[in-house]
Amino acid sequence: MEILVCARRVPDTSENEIQLNSAGNDIERDELVYSINEADNYAVEEALQIVARVGGNVTVATVGGEDDEEILRREMAMGANHGVLITDEAFRGSDGRGIASILKAFVQKGHYDLILTGIQAEDGGAQVGGMLAALLDYPFASLVNSIEILDGKKLKVSREIEGGNKEINEIDLPCVLSIQTGINEPRYVGMKGIRQVASLPIPTFGTSELGIPPGAVGEAAAKVKRVDYFVPALGKGAEILQGSREENIDKVLELVIAKGGLK
Amino acid sequence: MEGIESAAQVTLSLAASLATGRVLFLLIHILGVLCFAYIVAKRMVPLLRAERDFRFDHPLIRLGRVLKFWLGQWKHPRYKLAGILHVFIFAGFIVLAIRAFSVLIVGVSENFVMPGLSGRAGPIYDIITDYSATIVFLCMVIAVIRRLVFKPARYAVPARYGKAHTADAIFLLSLIAILMVADSLFAAARAAAQSQPGPSVETLAAFSLPWILQKALLSTALSTLGKLYFGAYLVHELTFYFLLCYRPFGIQFHVETSLFNIYFAKLDREILKPVRWGVNDEHLDQVKSFGVKTFEDFTWKHMLDFYSCADCGRCSDNCPATAVGRPLSPRFITIKARDYSFKRYPILGSTNNGETNNGAALIGSIYSADEIWSCTTCGACEEECPLLIEYIDKIVDLRRGMVDDGNVPQSLQKPLKALESRGNPYGKMEKKKADWANAKEFQQTCPVKTLGKNNSADTLYFVDSITSYDDRMQSIGRATAKILNHVGENFGILGAAERDSGHEVRRFGEETLFMALRDHNVDAIRASGVQRIVTADPHAYNALKHDYKDVPPVEHISQVIAREVKAGKIKFNPIENGNSVYTYHDPCYLGRHNQIYDDPRDVLDAIPGLKRVEMTRSRDRSFCCGGGGLMLFYEPKEDQRMGVQRVQMAAEAGANVIVTACPFCMVNIEDAIKVAGLEGKMTAIDLAELVDQQIARDVPI
Repeated sequence: MEILVCARRVPDTSENEIQLNSAGNDIERDELVYSINEADNYAVEEALQIVARVGGNVTVATVGGEDDEEILRREMAMGANHGVLITDEAFRGSDGRGIASILKAFVQKGHYDLILTGIQAEDGGAQVGGMLAALLDYPFASLVNSIEILDGKKLKVSREIEGGNKEINEIDLPCVLSIQTGINEPRYVGMKGIRQVASLPIPTFGTSELGIPPGAVGEAAAKVKRVDYFVPALGKGAEILQGSREENIDKVLELVIAKGGLK
Repeated sequence: MEGIESAAQVTLSLAASLATGRVLFLLIHILGVLCFAYIVAKRMVPLLRAERDFRFDHPLIRLGRVLKFWLGQWKHPRYKLAGILHVFIFAGFIVLAIRAFSVLIVGVSENFVMPGLSGRAGPIYDIITDYSATIVFLCMVIAVIRRLVFKPARYAVPARYGKAHTADAIFLLSLIAILMVADSLFAAARAAAQSQPGPSVETLAAFSLPWILQKALLSTALSTLGKLYFGAYLVHELTFYFLLCYRPFGIQFHVETSLFNIYFAKLDREILKPVRWGVNDEHLDQVKSFGVKTFEDFTWKHMLDFYSCADCGRCSDNCPATAVGRPLSPRFITIKARDYSFKRYPILGSTNNGETNNGAALIGSIYSADEIWSCTTCGACEEECPLLIEYIDKIVDLRRGMVDDGNVPQSLQKPLKALESRGNPYGKMEKKKADWANAKEFQQTCPVKTLGKNNSADTLYFVDSITSYDDRMQSIGRATAKILNHVGENFGILGAAERDSGHEVRRFGEETLFMALRDHNVDAIRASGVQRIVTADPHAYNALKHDYKDVPPVEHISQVIAREVKAGKIKFNPIENGNSVYTYHDPCYLGRHNQIYDDPRDVLDAIPGLKRVEMTRSRDRSFCCGGGGLMLFYEPKEDQRMGVQRVQMAAEAGANVIVTACPFCMVNIEDAIKVAGLEGKMTAIDLAELVDQQIARDVPI
């Protein structure tokens, strides 16, 4: 099975202190550390596990710049067969639909039985998976938390429903699935693995390779534009505990008990 | 009786009786020796396919250790009864080894006398052996009774590890007892026969087993004695060879292997085994697979360890992971590997069906991932093992294999990733590393320099991640800085340039990441131009001292304090609270791994009015608090926290203040005090904090 995983590099929320920049339209990016979007990492792990069962190849692609090679190498160290960097100045500033169109053009350059994306990017809007499926006219399932290969043509996937329930679907291949975190336990990628793939070539694709007409994507074509970015003001009902750790723990317990959360 | 014969005639007739079996005896000798040689050769096969291990250096030091740990049985008396029994059995075996050989030869050459024992030495040696056989026999009786009646808990085999080993142990003990009886009977029958014609030629040691048997046989007919003489010999010979050939199948193989196991034991225990012997750091990238994944990835010495384990259970009896019900028991790390090896390399039939490749992955077959992650590398097992079996290197090698395969618990992946990108397991910003020292009020009382282009110092205070970032542990950092300041030390910190020491990164098997952290720190330390390093974190201390190369000498703060107390530079105010009873908890990486036991105690004892008690488990038997570094992120399966057991031990000792000298111990012990419900009754304090609190600052130094 030929599997394509669309991945993205995002600021790592657990290792950064996210602050607004002075202009107030983006976050301060100077001292950020980045990593692969967590859900995308689960998608790659799932692809690797499928290939281990039924054979095939895993390709990881990202739309971005040179810096984004880092996550492709990490996923290649994890076991992905190919990494592809889709990059062009003309792609800069694309909205969700623009990214989906670029990916669609890339998908049509190859033959993929299955396309996986993460459920959403940590700094994104959970748009690309569904739009990519629609542009390709492929079936789509979101929030997937298990995949079973039925035969060469069908999958049985389970979707997470709000409240922890599961819905089981059959879906025809080729298809696009957006993967929920927790579908598996992604393997660890150590420094040694990354070093070993450090010199592998990573092909790049731009407008000319993909045959995307200039102006079709990018900032000019974007119909969704970010106009502001802010940290919401504290609403009513939110109480920030200002005491020491010990006092806060006691206070939280007291509140939870008072609200009937603990008996 | 058909006329009494002379003693000489009796001897001749006994010899003649033995001679009738000469061909049979010779046959048994040859068969026995061949069989043993074949078995040993088969047991050598996996060792020859194993990984390399350089153990051939320093022959004199190694011989010295053989004298201490093998001949001197150094570790045995740590367990009084079992230890002393073993010392007696061992001594008996050594004495009887010569006799066993001469007896074996007598069967085919009746007049053989062991060289050196023909003159006056002979009778003396005989008396010693008579007693030796008796002592060994009695030891066997006691050992069997212990196994059957008293059943020491450490011999029990938990159901998940299979059946009890009692039957096998008693079988082997009985065989040795039979050997002793046969040996004694052989001597007794001969002496009894000789005493019949008149005054005995041979005298047996009074009240020894042969002596008792001789008394019992005094009135037995000569012909019967002849048969007994023959029979005892046959039984002795058969038992001897049976034992020789049976031992390599189980726990008694250590009789043969212990000498080699101790000779080849690791000399520098503090230094972790390299990923692969003979491959230096620069070439490590070319090593395809890291660590131990299959049995053949173990080194030959580690396999010899498996063969040598005597199943005494002392390792697991002292293992904190075993004590709290984690799925790890060092004893069974060894036993399971030995069983696997015996199955994979059988004595009969071809080795693993002629396969030339390595066997199946060990994780998932004989070991579980949780089992291998459960170890805190505290070193209690290695401290105890009389045979100097190594565990930490094996655990780390198995972890290296898992890390290489990507098999790392999710709970550890985040901190490892953060260590890679931020240089600390918490994912905190580098620029905040010196925040603990930069608080205004603190800077005014105790300025701490951040070393760099404009700032230099003689001494580096290496803070490490937890003391830099953890709110509670920052107090240890400030106390340390104040002490250094008080004694007039010209010191500074690396601040943002300091990365985690990588001590646990390495012990959790992430060698490549460790090397990156180490190289960064070594460069930063060397660039700072300091002459020496001080740290208050025993894990950082151990890393800087043993894992790093080419850095200035490093001291733990307890060593600095002890020295300054002796030099009179630190004087203490007396303890005011008369109800406080202190006990010192030895951090594993200060105590067992670096033998710093006395400095912290000397410091405590120098504080006027400080009442100090020792826990039963102290010094080299200290009980791990739960582990440091990445172990704080790992979620083990356990019935109880190690720290909880530890604070209960402190309570039993009558203490209400636990003093430790390690930030990780502090995390675990403070948590455990709460979990154990001892809040308000027990407190914990770091040695540096206590010293800082008690220092008499107005006294001129």
